[in-house]
Amino acid sequence: MNIASFAPLAVVLPILGAALTFVLIRHSRAQRTVSIALLSLTLGLECLLLASVWEGGTAAVNVGGWLPPWGIVMVVDQFSSLMLVVSSAVSLAVLVYATGQGMADGDQDAPVSIFHPTYLILVAGVSNAFLSGDLFNLYVGFEILLTASYVLMTLGGTGPRIRAGVTYVVVSVVSSVLFLISIAMVYGATGTVNMADLAIKLADLDEGTRTLLHVMLLVAFGIKAAVFPLSFWLPDSYPTAPAPVTAVFAGLLTKVGVYAMVRTETLLFPGDSLNTPLMVAALLTMVVGILGALAQSDIKRLLSFTLVSHIGYMVFGLAMSSAAGLGAAVFYVAHHITIQTSLFLVTGLIERRGGSSSVDRLAGLAKLSPLLALLFFVPAMNLAGIPPFSGFLGKVGLMQAGIELGTPLAYTLVIGGVLTSLLTLLAVARVWNRAFWREPSDADHPDAVLLAPRETSDTGRRGGRNNVTLLPRTMVGSTLGLVLLGVSLTVFAGPLFKVSDQAAQDMLDRSSYIQAVLGEETSVPLILTSGGGK
Amino acid sequence: MSVNLTLLAVMGALYACGIYLLLERSLTRVLLGLMLLANATNLLLLATGGYAGLAPLYAKDTPAQDYNDPLPQALILTSIVISFAVTAFMLGIIYRTWVLARQDEIQDDVEDLRVAETPSFDAEDDAEIPMETSEFPLTMLGSNGRSVSDHGPVAYQGTAEGIPASGGTVTAGAREIAATDAAAEEKPGSRNVNPGPEGGVK
Repeated sequence: MNIASFAPLAVVLPILGAALTFVLIRHSRAQRTVSIALLSLTLGLECLLLASVWEGGTAAVNVGGWLPPWGIVMVVDQFSSLMLVVSSAVSLAVLVYATGQGMADGDQDAPVSIFHPTYLILVAGVSNAFLSGDLFNLYVGFEILLTASYVLMTLGGTGPRIRAGVTYVVVSVVSSVLFLISIAMVYGATGTVNMADLAIKLADLDEGTRTLLHVMLLVAFGIKAAVFPLSFWLPDSYPTAPAPVTAVFAGLLTKVGVYAMVRTETLLFPGDSLNTPLMVAALLTMVVGILGALAQSDIKRLLSFTLVSHIGYMVFGLAMSSAAGLGAAVFYVAHHITIQTSLFLVTGLIERRGGSSSVDRLAGLAKLSPLLALLFFVPAMNLAGIPPFSGFLGKVGLMQAGIELGTPLAYTLVIGGVLTSLLTLLAVARVWNRAFWREPSDADHPDAVLLAPRETSDTGRRGGRNNVTLLPRTMVGSTLGLVLLGVSLTVFAGPLFKVSDQAAQDMLDRSSYIQAVLGEETSVPLILTSGGGK
Repeated sequence: MSVNLTLLAVMGALYACGIYLLLERSLTRVLLGLMLLANATNLLLLATGGYAGLAPLYAKDTPAQDYNDPLPQALILTSIVISFAVTAFMLGIIYRTWVLARQDEIQDDVEDLRVAETPSFDAEDDAEIPMETSEFPLTMLGSNGRSVSDHGPVAYQGTAEGIPASGGTVTAGAREIAATDAAAEEKPGSRNVNPGPEGGVK
């Protein structure tokens, strides 16, 4: 009995947790314990999955005993297990943060009792999307996580959240409809929705049909991943949600879209047929996103724009369809999930400590809470790609792959990537200068909490009493944990690059995936390239 | 694979109406549009199953090609359930919008409008002599002994509201200095200060 056959538990455990927390809706303490315990259990299981896949290669589980290509399969390969581990670690940290916030605020701002079940459903949807081995199950995974995210986005039902929620729901539903249309077309053309089976059958279609299906799928996933020009919904809808919700959305939801794009590009439609449009989209995503970030004064909106912009890096790595590029993209996804989430969590803390998330109204936080400054500074520099952080390593990997490719477009993208990195530095440095370094008297309408005289405390803490009441230990602790995870990605960048390069090799080779699903003796069709390949 | 032309025509009409309604600003119409799109997609899924056949219940003496393809119908069932849930949720949101804003229209994003209206001039970043935020006087001596931030008599020409076109003041330490004087400060022969032995203001 292989550990990989327990892969469906990564979906089942969070759903079980959702059911339990729903029963325990009146007992917030029990609810917290159950959800944190089950999510930790899921994380442990996923670490075992990663280890087993690393040892034993890709594994497929036939759910319900139906054989592929008819039944639903769940496939664990190196990419999906790595994504599972990173996403669960991040969602666990955010869950601890959210419970800390709920305890500190006494649940006035949002009905946290409904938060726990919904959050666990979201995690189940994300795991399902990462594990699913057929297109329709991928659609179901998307729908699970999207429906949960609609509820989380509009938690509390305040005016701004409802306004943002409407945009978000409509855009998501449209992208889901597009995805469903593509599934219908794929089924009409090939008679299967199993991805391994599709990988073989799509190669037999004629060029036009194949390109149509390819573009349809990429557009549907591009909306979810927020690739320019399909990214306008994101900075509009993310910032209004509660801080932990925004954090987990920023970390996970767009990355699920990126994951689906990677699968489409490598497994279903290998080769370089759409690489040029993808590269152009990646360049525009990077540059337009970061220019948007520079115009913002609200930190959450600024970070949402940097989120869009950095999706461009991943698409760039994907569009090169070389092992080096794809490996760097996989590394970058893991890095970016951690960093972007911790930045949003820190922004939540800044909002509590400074009374606002607008850089115009913030000032002097470095003096008020040096720990908060440290928590912001490390992931911010990491995001901007300052050596020696993992952001720098990921970007260097992408640039190397781009230079290796050597086409004029690839060079343009390398230049665009460096420019975006510098502009990201400018954006976060402006936040740093204003929110952390200047005097509180220089801010526009600073919140009273910023100007309050520093109380040299009775408890012996240096930060005074405000820091203790406004920055609860659980929230700071979970943020610190996530920041440390981000730093450890730098420390363990060597092994991580090894895993991601191996994952990229496997994905480009395709045979391990297809043979894990359909049996050892399946022959894998050759990859069609339009020239330029080896 | 053969398809039913009537179903396809209905599907096309549903898509057309759905997209038209989706582009409206009224939320109820947007919701109706989404519902039409979902149903049109269900018809598309049905069409991929080909002509209607026998119910897919196994009987020994029926050849395989006489059965209907059951998979698209299973997909349609799932998609109906999902669109049902989303429609219910959308109705809840629309009702909430109505309760909050008494309007059935998509609201503008206030922050977005604010950012769009913000002038490109930023008093802190772009003023020719920046608003002084440090405790130190703002001018530096250039290598030729002249002040680096010597911009002539008018210290800075703000266009944004609240920033005077001329005659602004700058806070240096505890003192308020007219911006023109601040620019001239520390220049040899400056009319309002005598440079101290270490270059600072006495």
